[in-house]
Amino acid sequence: MIKVSPKAKRLLVPIVSVIAGFLVGAIIMLVWSYDPFQAYSSMFESALGSANGIGETIRNATPLIFIAIGFQISSAAGFFNIGLPGQAQAGWLTAIWIGLAFKGLPVYILLPFEIIAGSLAGALVAGIAGWLRAYFGTNEVISTIMLNYIVLYLCQYLHQDVMNKSLRVDTDTTKTVGASGSLRIPWLSEMFGGSRISGGIFLAIIALVIFWFLMKKTTVGFEIKAVGLNPFASRYAGMSDKKNIIISMLLSGAFCGLGGVVQGLGTYQNYFTQTTTLDIGWDGMSVALLGGMSAIGILLASLLFSILKIGGLGMQTAAGIPFEIVSIVIAAIIFFVAISWAVGLLFKEKKSDKTATYIATAETAGRQAANDQQKGGEA
Amino acid sequence: MEKEIKNIIEMRHIVKDFNGFKANNDINLTLRKGEILALLGENGAGKSTLMSILSGLLEPTSGEIYVRGEKVNISGPNVATSLGIGMVHQHFMLAQAFTVLENIILGHETTKGLALDFKTAREKILALSKQYGLAIDPDAKISDITVAQQQRVEILKVLYRGADILIFDEPTAVLTPQEITEFIKIMKNLVKEGKSIILITHKLKEIKESADRVTVIRAGKSIQTVSVADANDEQLAEMMVGHHVNFKLDKDPLNLGKNILEVKDLHVNEDRGTEAVKGLSFTIRGGEILGLAGIDGNGQDELVEAITGLRHVEGGQVVINGQDLTNKPVRQITEAGVGHIPADRQKYGLILQLPLSENIASQTYYKEPYSKHGIMNEQAIREHARELIKKFDVRTTSEQLPASDLSGGNQQKAIIARELDRDADLIIAFQPTRGLDVGAIEYIHSQLLKQRDAGKAVLLVSYELDEILQLSDRIVVLHDGAESGEVKPDQTSETELGLLMTGKNTKKEAAAND
Repeated sequence: MIKVSPKAKRLLVPIVSVIAGFLVGAIIMLVWSYDPFQAYSSMFESALGSANGIGETIRNATPLIFIAIGFQISSAAGFFNIGLPGQAQAGWLTAIWIGLAFKGLPVYILLPFEIIAGSLAGALVAGIAGWLRAYFGTNEVISTIMLNYIVLYLCQYLHQDVMNKSLRVDTDTTKTVGASGSLRIPWLSEMFGGSRISGGIFLAIIALVIFWFLMKKTTVGFEIKAVGLNPFASRYAGMSDKKNIIISMLLSGAFCGLGGVVQGLGTYQNYFTQTTTLDIGWDGMSVALLGGMSAIGILLASLLFSILKIGGLGMQTAAGIPFEIVSIVIAAIIFFVAISWAVGLLFKEKKSDKTATYIATAETAGRQAANDQQKGGEA
Repeated sequence: MEKEIKNIIEMRHIVKDFNGFKANNDINLTLRKGEILALLGENGAGKSTLMSILSGLLEPTSGEIYVRGEKVNISGPNVATSLGIGMVHQHFMLAQAFTVLENIILGHETTKGLALDFKTAREKILALSKQYGLAIDPDAKISDITVAQQQRVEILKVLYRGADILIFDEPTAVLTPQEITEFIKIMKNLVKEGKSIILITHKLKEIKESADRVTVIRAGKSIQTVSVADANDEQLAEMMVGHHVNFKLDKDPLNLGKNILEVKDLHVNEDRGTEAVKGLSFTIRGGEILGLAGIDGNGQDELVEAITGLRHVEGGQVVINGQDLTNKPVRQITEAGVGHIPADRQKYGLILQLPLSENIASQTYYKEPYSKHGIMNEQAIREHARELIKKFDVRTTSEQLPASDLSGGNQQKAIIARELDRDADLIIAFQPTRGLDVGAIEYIHSQLLKQRDAGKAVLLVSYELDEILQLSDRIVVLHDGAESGEVKPDQTSETELGLLMTGKNTKKEAAAND
């Protein structure tokens, strides 16, 4: 074990995880006799080697930033929100629908309208799970995962059966939104070699600042953190755990919804039938787990994921590595990143009073057990 | 001469250092074969640390341990077991859903092929229980038997593993006086059968009744070992505390104000829905300390939670400063003028991961100057924390350290600082000195008295009779969720309180027993 300061540990763990992931990916490629150097160089070449590549990487990162923020706000309150795909999907469909239905509105009205409505749709979906947990104690893992499916098929029903036919090209695809309802910015796309990068990235950076400010500087963020860290002490201090769970879920869902909005108004310009829960939801969660509670961490993690995703395409075309191997390599890297807590075991924080804490917690647990016994005896 | 008396355990110059805090600082202890040695010391003196070292839960920083004359290195609980050392913990470690038999063999199961060999185990347990007079039904479920019986199960568990050196950690804390008498009989049986016992306690009476010798520990150091027959209570108490013990604190004369807290016919349920507080009524006026005595688990938790809004009140009323606050939100009750020092400081009192400054602000963060329009003013929060740290003598290097980095006593001081700083009219102190060292205890007691003298109402809930007797102006005894009697501290005795705590409210009976 290497002794480091807690600050250095926070930095070292993700870096070592990423390096270990790349190494394991290299070993996998060597086993199948592919050249890892060529593979990785074509990965970085295609993700970062051209204006278009960089644009696509940023484009891919944009929704992930929103969704990672969403995940972190809920997990700060102790809520494991895995309904991210559903919340993003609700935001996507809502934004596109409004963009198509109110095509005539000027850009300064239509665009905010789409964005706000999309984030409210995400907040609504997440809020249901928060409300269920706060008032009925429903396990959020189950409720959010089921909400993913409810949203998936509800969206299909809405866009195939409810949406006005004039807004669609065919059953599975809507028309594209007009320029006044799109997040694309012509000069920006041009600057990045005609890629699908959009103004969403600016919104994402603003979102990161808001996220930082919310969690560090506001009473709302303080309460969310307090409830997540110690619900008993928070109740004792007069904070409402119910209220905070719901607020954190509404905020979480709003950010996830925005992830869907930028995917719709930025990347695709339309909505089309989804057969499985949205990838960006799951990738966003991985980004959150890698990036931690820090805004910078989320930004860097989203870029890393996007490099892998966009670069993976390059590995296939330039280095001739089959899609399956590319997927395994990317999965290996993500795997290492995801188990970064295990990597964390490599490093020991210098000033550690684990023993003392252990005794304290054991004592508390023991006392609790004794209390329970007493109560049990009376019952 | 040393050879003549067989020392079964010798601990020499034991030091245990927790990041610079020496919980044990050069302790010597000798246990002779076939004796009951009492280990006397205040909370936080280092008794539990020393015994954790002996039972292999902690490793000493330095020092030597000899068992039966041989130097040993007790590197883990299994080593201790193989040396015949068994510890009966203060808080029992039993699986509620299992039977007595299953709990005893848990971890040491004998098997016949793939199946558990219950028959052999049962025979062995019955033999042990007969030999040592530990009557128990091996097929009863743990959840169905009394606390005293559970303790017997713990003792049998240790004996079943072949222990002949037994350590009892505050064994009488959860027992009624009658059960304590029974327990002392059990201990005497055990030594008669050749076992050796270390009894951890801070109750002088029990030492007098059971132990042969007593080793006194104070602030991590072994002070003296004396024969119980040669020592009187006052001497022992003085050795334990380090100065002459004045059982009465100097208190100003009572100066009663108006009614601050009125609890009227209160009914509260515990988590499982059984009634835990059964029609309790009392009033506290400004300028007095009301001590609530009782054995742990007689409704104290539920009562305090109900008053502070953490638990639903099923019936009755809680009136604070003339305002009916029954079932009102916690924050409204707090703002009506309540300071609450919770029993479990780490679970309720603090958010250990957050900085001390934010913990100190956890009741006021939403108010100016600590925040404005929902935006926190970190500067103001830190400044205020620094002020309180100084005023209440919280020992820490920075207000930005996480609360978990503070020692128990300083954590408690931080909570007290936060709760008293708000100038609340009602202070609820629940086990305010649990597990603290002598200095912290005296400080906290003086702070509570200061509140009383400033005209505040103080509700002191404690399982420590000494604390209750020293601080209270009136004592209400709680038994089974109801009041079993009210007494004045200077007109009562431990015997009377003990009887009241078991629900016997007959003054005559108490007098007869005296």
